[in-house]
Amino acid sequence: MSTIVTVTSGKGGVGKTTTSASIATGLALRGFKTAVIDFDVGLRNLDLIMGCERRVVYDFVNVIQGDANLSQALIKDKHTDNLFVLPASQTRDKDALTEAGVEAVLKELQHQGFEYIVCDSPAGIEHGAIMALTFADEAIIVTNPEVSSVRDSDRILGILQSKSRRAVEGREPVKEHLLVTRYSPKRAHEGEMLTYTDIQELLRIPLLGVTPESDAVLHASNQGVPAILQKDTPVAEAYLDAVARFLGETRPLRFVEYEKPGLIKRLFGGK
Amino acid sequence: MSWLSLIFGEKKSTASVAKERLQLIIARERAGLAGPDFLPDLQKDLVAVISKYVPVNPDDIKVGLEKQGNYEVIEVNIVLPDTGRPV
Repeated sequence: MSTIVTVTSGKGGVGKTTTSASIATGLALRGFKTAVIDFDVGLRNLDLIMGCERRVVYDFVNVIQGDANLSQALIKDKHTDNLFVLPASQTRDKDALTEAGVEAVLKELQHQGFEYIVCDSPAGIEHGAIMALTFADEAIIVTNPEVSSVRDSDRILGILQSKSRRAVEGREPVKEHLLVTRYSPKRAHEGEMLTYTDIQELLRIPLLGVTPESDAVLHASNQGVPAILQKDTPVAEAYLDAVARFLGETRPLRFVEYEKPGLIKRLFGGK
Repeated sequence: MSWLSLIFGEKKSTASVAKERLQLIIARERAGLAGPDFLPDLQKDLVAVISKYVPVNPDDIKVGLEKQGNYEVIEVNIVLPDTGRPV
């Protein structure tokens, strides 16, 4: 059996693709055969974040339309074993992603023995986003500590609870996880930013993790390496923790408390 | 942040303003989305029933859904016409 994990947020630019790449990589690092699918038809970017953009020959829509088979379209990740990327198509025809087509591809991945299928949702609540969440077993809601992101997350939760297959068929609901990204402990401490507990209180779903605002994310995307592989950076550690919690382990939250810089740090500078 | 602000009083942090605004708007949008579509029908029926006893204007009956903690409360507001004499 494979588990379908949808990474979604409603709002754009909050870190869905960064998170999809990192969570998928994290699951593969744990030895699970994992596929990560880009649902953002027309605006594909997962390939760039994963660093496989030059190896894209066939895409998701090609497979749905029968122009290629799944094995031809799946790109084996060069950083991590057990990990495969299914890129989105750059076609402008958004309706190319049919429900039956998506279902068939997911079934085929399941058939090929994939244990986790991570669906990277596009922003918004249009067709692509709906297709990405329709078949979800679990969902990671990526939220920034900022009003518009929190509101949109709540909206997408409502859609998940009404439009997913699990909801429509009255099965056990999609398991929801909150991931707060781009968090600044200092600003939260100073009352300039919603705290992660504020966000959790507002959205009322279990917290999967908090990843700090970090320069490492841009470095990672510049190079086409998932952020979780930026060794020894807080953001990579936070993603590793999130993956561990996703798999049922208990890990204390890190990088969420603000530590006042000591005297020496203040005198001699430093970040 | 400092003792000065304690003495001179401090403006509410912007984060707490954000939280309050979000609490209100999210509660309203959840109510609106999950909102039962029977409210207009309920309003119509209430008008019909009450009209049997008191002449009321359809606009004088307001039916709304409110959230109080974990409960949803249907609020019905009926303004009786001022007839100038006891009914």
